[in-house]
Amino acid sequence: MNQETTMARQMLRPMAPWPLVMLVAPVLPVATGGGGALAWTQSPVALAGLLLTLAAILLRRAAPSALAEAGLLLAGVAAAYAVPLLLLGRGLVPGAGLWVYLAGATLLLGRVLRLLADADGAARLAGPALFGLALVLLWEILTRGLGVPAILLPPPGAILAAFATHAAELWDDFGQTVLTSVVRGYLMGCGAGFAVAILADRVPFLARGLLPLGNLASAIPVVGIAPIMVMWFGFDWQSKAAVIVVMTFFPMMINTLAGLRGAERIQLDLMRSYGAGYWRTLLLLRLPCALPFLFNGLKINSTLALIGAIVAEFFGTPVVGMGFRISTEVARMNLDVVWATIAVAALTGSALYGALALAERRVTAWHPSFRKR
Amino acid sequence: MPAAQPAPLAAVPTAAEAESPRTIVDIRRLNLIYQTADQPVTALSDVSLSIAKGDFISLIGPSGCGKTTLMRVIADLEQPSSGDVLVNGMTPEQARLKRAYGYVFQAPALYPWRNVERNVTLPLEIMGMPAAERRTRAGEQLERVGLAGFERKFPWQLSGGMQQRVSIARALAFDPDLLLMDEPFGALDEITRDHLNVNLTRLWLRTRKTCVFVTHSIAEAVFLSTRIVVMSPRPGRILDVIDCARDLPRERTLGIRESPEFQRIAHRVREGLMEGHSYDD
Repeated sequence: MNQETTMARQMLRPMAPWPLVMLVAPVLPVATGGGGALAWTQSPVALAGLLLTLAAILLRRAAPSALAEAGLLLAGVAAAYAVPLLLLGRGLVPGAGLWVYLAGATLLLGRVLRLLADADGAARLAGPALFGLALVLLWEILTRGLGVPAILLPPPGAILAAFATHAAELWDDFGQTVLTSVVRGYLMGCGAGFAVAILADRVPFLARGLLPLGNLASAIPVVGIAPIMVMWFGFDWQSKAAVIVVMTFFPMMINTLAGLRGAERIQLDLMRSYGAGYWRTLLLLRLPCALPFLFNGLKINSTLALIGAIVAEFFGTPVVGMGFRISTEVARMNLDVVWATIAVAALTGSALYGALALAERRVTAWHPSFRKR
Repeated sequence: MPAAQPAPLAAVPTAAEAESPRTIVDIRRLNLIYQTADQPVTALSDVSLSIAKGDFISLIGPSGCGKTTLMRVIADLEQPSSGDVLVNGMTPEQARLKRAYGYVFQAPALYPWRNVERNVTLPLEIMGMPAAERRTRAGEQLERVGLAGFERKFPWQLSGGMQQRVSIARALAFDPDLLLMDEPFGALDEITRDHLNVNLTRLWLRTRKTCVFVTHSIAEAVFLSTRIVVMSPRPGRILDVIDCARDLPRERTLGIRESPEFQRIAHRVREGLMEGHSYDD
């Protein structure tokens, strides 16, 4: 493996020449300000940035290791991303030269990421993080530099600012939607799905009756079921939990049923030969066998529950909750708050899913899809 | 203070047991008919067999002759259509609930989420034995099948032969008097199989357990058994019962396979099997 890595490093040594498009930049105006086009010589900050980036490219051959080269080039890329942000901060509009410079630097970032992908340990994890950061910075520079209306897409800086100014509201929304509705609905839905599956496994006619009903229920759109649940269970978390139960019950039940059928005949015979009864067989054989399926159901449901709660809040809620926030702030054109709420929802969903995936890895390390010798 | 109760698994010697040879498995006029979609299939027809304590019985016959079915009937994993079966003087169901036998399946049937030790302790756990004693027993049995030191490994980290040895250790763990083995070495290569056969015959000599062994291999059957039961293809019936204990010593090494007595018995088994085939066609 080490040998392969070194080979990959050696093959990477020659650098594609594309980042050098930034050599064209100096002949184009760097920005337009109050008095018209601005040349590079008129903006010492921009010129310093460009020279720094070019110096990094020139000096990279002197770098003692691939990691050092990545660090050096990264400094050049950072300079290129900092210049437009600084110019925008002074109220200048980026010009063609600056865009060319930025494009060249972004290509340079590609090489940095490739170098990091071949590295081991923490540096390897830095690659994806840098990629994400670059994406956010480009979003910031492009939306502000091109003057994209905030209604269409606010820059991440504005969303971050909304986080700060609306922190209390966002936290209350999170508490109402996630900590109250989602957690309770998810536990009830998954718990009930699991319990009914165990029951249906013992009483086969129940399974035959419930499965078609399950298909029917999963075909009902949330926007159809949510207003009805709000009518039945009121504005507070109960109606959201009810929507989540409807959405999560059958995926959990179907997965549990499939998992319970996963035990092999020979494994069941073994339990029988020990005179083990139904519950012992369930606990010692069938549930462990079903674990991968159970986790499947739990993972699918973690995202379904969040969607269900947010959508249900569109149809009536006390004046708090992520769905409520999105619907009211859209109406008030406060798109930065909407985006902040979306960010909270996305982070929550990923965190839930990730936590479940980690737990699954831990508990079902024996399963062929995870096992390593 | 009353004396501590003996552990439920320890064989309690009774007056009857002192007499030998005692009948462990008694099968009389057994019939088993499956209902399949188009027609009933007779799997076993008029089978009578008596297995004495300490016997090593091999059931041999072509595929589908009902030898596995016969063993599954003894183990109460299959219900006969008619006839009587007694295991240790009880019905197969009572015997199963009393854990009178250990069953070794065609495949190791180890639970992948349990390590080797916890696979061996599984029956002991079901019987409610204290954890410390379970571990001691598992250690003893793994040592017996030559797998000491593999306690913490997981089944998928072992070779096929090792896995099957773990399953034998698991069957021995609760010290049943009767060991039912359904082609345990069928999926292994010949060298591993020879090796395990030698291990098994030593184990049998040392523990004096009663064994019923299903196999396809004539050499394996002759090498291991005190008696060989030759069965015909469907409907499964007993064609011949060959006594090997008379001509072959109890203690056997692989070299015995070259001896004329061994060859003679193997020949008789082969004759019996051929007769069964011609009968079928």
